[in-house]
Amino acid sequence: MERQPDYNQIRKSAHLRRIAGNVAIYGLLALWAVIVLFPFYWMVLTSVKSYSSYNAEHVPSFFTLSPTLQNYADAFTTVPLGQYLINTLIFTVITTLIMVAVITLAAFAFARLEFRGKNLAFTLFLSLMMIPNELVVITNFTTITNLGWRNTFIGLILPSVTSVFYIYLLRENFAQVPDELYYAAKVDGTPDLRYLRKVMIPICRPTLTTIVILKVIECWNSYVWPRLITDDPDYYLVSNGIQEIRENGFGRENIPAMMAAVVVISVPLILLFLIFRKKVMEGVARGGTKG
Amino acid sequence: MEKQNRKGWLYLLPAFIFLGVFMIYPLVDVFVYSFEEGYNSASQTFYDTGMYNYSYVLHDPYFLQAVKNTFILVVITVPVSTGLALLISLALSSIRPLKELFQTVYFLPYVTNTLAVGLVFMILFKKTAYSDGLVNLLIHWFGGSSVDFIDGPYWAKMFVLCFYTVWVVMPFKILILTSALASVNQVYYNAARVDGTSRFRIFRKITLPMISPTVFYLIITGFIGAFKAYSDAVALFGTNLNAAEMNTIVGYVYDMLYGDSGGYPSYASAAAILLFAIVLTITCINLLVSRSHVHYS
Repeated sequence: MERQPDYNQIRKSAHLRRIAGNVAIYGLLALWAVIVLFPFYWMVLTSVKSYSSYNAEHVPSFFTLSPTLQNYADAFTTVPLGQYLINTLIFTVITTLIMVAVITLAAFAFARLEFRGKNLAFTLFLSLMMIPNELVVITNFTTITNLGWRNTFIGLILPSVTSVFYIYLLRENFAQVPDELYYAAKVDGTPDLRYLRKVMIPICRPTLTTIVILKVIECWNSYVWPRLITDDPDYYLVSNGIQEIRENGFGRENIPAMMAAVVVISVPLILLFLIFRKKVMEGVARGGTKG
Repeated sequence: MEKQNRKGWLYLLPAFIFLGVFMIYPLVDVFVYSFEEGYNSASQTFYDTGMYNYSYVLHDPYFLQAVKNTFILVVITVPVSTGLALLISLALSSIRPLKELFQTVYFLPYVTNTLAVGLVFMILFKKTAYSDGLVNLLIHWFGGSSVDFIDGPYWAKMFVLCFYTVWVVMPFKILILTSALASVNQVYYNAARVDGTSRFRIFRKITLPMISPTVFYLIITGFIGAFKAYSDAVALFGTNLNAAEMNTIVGYVYDMLYGDSGGYPSYASAAAILLFAIVLTITCINLLVSRSHVHYS
């Protein structure tokens, strides 16, 4: 008689193997989640420890029983953190607004209008996408300096109000809007600008939202250009502010107050991300860089 | 038609002005700068043209240090971050419960300010007179002796820089790889399962070829991004990167342009063009290598 394979045994071992596999997978994922989250935990934790208790810890402790908000008060009073935040807000809002206007007009021209030299101009635009920022920043620095625009918002804003990539992204989206709508509007005698405002922009709002969010993130985190262009703390953005705080702010040893400043700087973007999570991730998948 | 022509260009005008002034003109100008010898930014004069700026930069020990640092950073972080992101994305795509939560958490570093969070990393790794810091505490638990990662030996500083860089670039890679994995047609997996193919073989023979264009895209952008590393280093070691021996090529460019050793746009231009040449070469090599390894369907 032939021996029957023990199906129960096989099923059991397959089951065990699957569980072991799942444990390994979740273990790996949890480990990376801890690595990602830990710095955030540590910055919040440190920011609520009092100066004296932090400095008394020879071995860092993982929690605190007497949280204090004093460091947050210090962050706004001892160093001009509020000023940095307002500067960054002004910079972000104006840059994003101008950029949206500029790229919408350009994308509309490329997607809908017919004019001589259009293809040539579009090719030129696309080839500009390959130019790394590091190459052009040197001359821009000289240009802005010669114009006397250092330590002004104009100098901060102007070089970053166009993005070839966003023009491209928006043009692709505009091109998907059916031509019939345009002809219908033309028959009715609607001017182009009105058509753009009343038809194209509402239809393409998702793409525009994505672009706005990506630009806001970029502005909030920009460091290199503001550092070159501003040396007057009245015009520092948050990135430069935090660097300034680190080097001459609270006195080098007041780590808890520094961490409070870091928390204040990080929170707006994290909130923006949590609110628009889907949009941000979609947008970055379509057009993000940094990696 | 004539009216249409004018209107089209009118709509393009703002974009053209900004791009012309802040991209096209500077692009030409940077080459001009790089050949002007002894350029003085105060009087805007120079006394000769030639290759001297390049030769100066190539013989500058700070530049060589920056090149070395950048290459080490690239060679370590690109494979590590791509491999790790692939592993995590595979794990992510094989689970259902908690998947969204993990994805959200993993994306957080993307939306944080590099300078600000770098400060947290500095504190985690730093050893001061009165406290060894958290990472050293962990090292003690495993029986090691403490190291100052911020002001200590070269390898320790390089380790922190690589670690932080990987931490920063992972969200983008995980995001792109997860969506690539989700778009692989399930039919292939079902067929393989019918044949009783092992997991590893499925990965090597189906998954990897199917997502190879994405992996390759990440490797190229990873190389380009890592060659331009700068703010991460500033966040960890402060603005005086030369003193910390942790400068990068981009850092060298900005230091030459501005800062304590600044005021030399010619040297900065030469260094920037050298950087661009390196990146272009590496990208071309990548493209050549990819031809035999990437499967475009």
